[in-house]
Amino acid sequence: MMYQEHILDLYKHPHNTGRLKGATHSHRGHNPLCGDDISIELIVDGEKRVKDVKFHGNGCALCIASASLITDAVKGKHIDTVLRLKKDDVLGMMKIPVSHVRLKCVLLPLEAVQKTIINSRGISSTE
Amino acid sequence: MKLTNDRAAELKEDFPIFRRKIHNQPLCYLDNAASTQKPQAVINAIKDFYEHSYANIHRGVYQLSQEATEQYEDAHDAVGKLIGAGENEIAFTRNATEAINLLSHTIKPLVEGSTILLTEMEHHANLVPWQQLAKKEGMKLSFIRMREDFTLDYGDAEQKLADDCAILSVSHISNALGTINDVKRLVGLAKKNGALAIVDAAQSAPHGAINVKEIGCDFMAFSGHKMLGPTGIGALYGRHELLEQMEPFQTGGDMISSVTYESAQWNDVPQKFEAGTPHIAGGIGLAKAAEYLQNIGPESISAWEKELLKHTLESISSALEKGDIRLFNPGHKHSAGILSLNLAGIHAHDLASLMDDMGICIRGGHHCAMPLMNKLGVAGTARASFYLYNTTDDADRFVAGLKKAKEMFN
Repeated sequence: MMYQEHILDLYKHPHNTGRLKGATHSHRGHNPLCGDDISIELIVDGEKRVKDVKFHGNGCALCIASASLITDAVKGKHIDTVLRLKKDDVLGMMKIPVSHVRLKCVLLPLEAVQKTIINSRGISSTE
Repeated sequence: MKLTNDRAAELKEDFPIFRRKIHNQPLCYLDNAASTQKPQAVINAIKDFYEHSYANIHRGVYQLSQEATEQYEDAHDAVGKLIGAGENEIAFTRNATEAINLLSHTIKPLVEGSTILLTEMEHHANLVPWQQLAKKEGMKLSFIRMREDFTLDYGDAEQKLADDCAILSVSHISNALGTINDVKRLVGLAKKNGALAIVDAAQSAPHGAINVKEIGCDFMAFSGHKMLGPTGIGALYGRHELLEQMEPFQTGGDMISSVTYESAQWNDVPQKFEAGTPHIAGGIGLAKAAEYLQNIGPESISAWEKELLKHTLESISSALEKGDIRLFNPGHKHSAGILSLNLAGIHAHDLASLMDDMGICIRGGHHCAMPLMNKLGVAGTARASFYLYNTTDDADRFVAGLKKAKEMFN
């Protein structure tokens, strides 16, 4: 069963939602095929740690629950640690069997968080 | 024969897949607009062909090849009969998509005018090929407006058909909304204005009585797998004199009558449009499916599906508050057995996954109609679509699923 109480609870009462004043990193993850659309904002401090993180957007229950869990997980972490997070880490946080066709929903928030960092690295390397 | 609950339940027994369970519950299959299940008769026809009559066609002089050729050619007639086509007016394709691609690649020399007219409710299969033709030939795309009640605006159609329209290509039944379009009226208007008229019958040929001569269209496209047949086989109907005039879509073996190192002469219709070894077993399976549908009676299939839709709409209105559900359907009088909806606060994919846990197969998503979804202001919808083997019990399980989803998410 994918729709267990803790997933539905995170969907109804998601963590870390809203906008971040003074965000240093941001990225919009969008899957036009299903309509999941999650924007992530981070504040990364001088020691390259995620000082704060928030997300906003629309998505299915799996996507929103995953965004809640991932934003919880990356708070306070070094960006290299964030970049090392993998599919299995997210599935471990979700604690439900995710069917193959719904994997994209669950992984979109992680991709978006990692892209905030990768994209900003891309920009700084061209400076 | 009139379809009833008892009769539909009996028909289910013709389909081996309904013996299996999904998540420990009897299979409730409501994704028939995407594809349909296969009766034993179709499975056996394909199996028998491979076991007893298989050989390549139009080549060997030996008995096996002759048997295979005869069965494959006869299959064209059986499929044509279902839609009232004449002799040599059916070419087999992979599916409706390929049939429309065949047209978008070959009909330009037959038309005058600069506009390709579609509707706002087309499946991508009847949109993207025309976008490509428009780009290549510098033609213009135009769309018949959909009204707020999910039916077409026929006044708008009349106006647009009179405006330099070269090609009208329109879905008979919307796969996303269930809306039955008055194709006879649209085709009549197209003919009056000198446009070629194409009907995408992917959702209608499997579900009701169709007669191409009565509709008056120049071409019609449909898929085998949506009408109890195998995947990988579909059909294009074309008026014989038009098929004669057209150049081939693909070239190679079997579609030629003679070849030199420098050039080639085309074979007769329909072989001209069936290059290479075709899906012979698929054609034979599709013919068996057409026969199965004929035996039940296309009119009784559409009548039964309408009854199931009416039953579902009534159950929904007593099971759910109006504000909790958004229906994308023109009402049972104007709709085939397709029901698109969204529950407030529940993503269509969540609803479809939840239903799956209950053994119910419905579709959640954009239904290959992204521009329509944009127009409706949604990322997607959840869709239940009925067929001859569905019963009111299936419809009731669907409505109970909606109720349960609402309780879980609220």
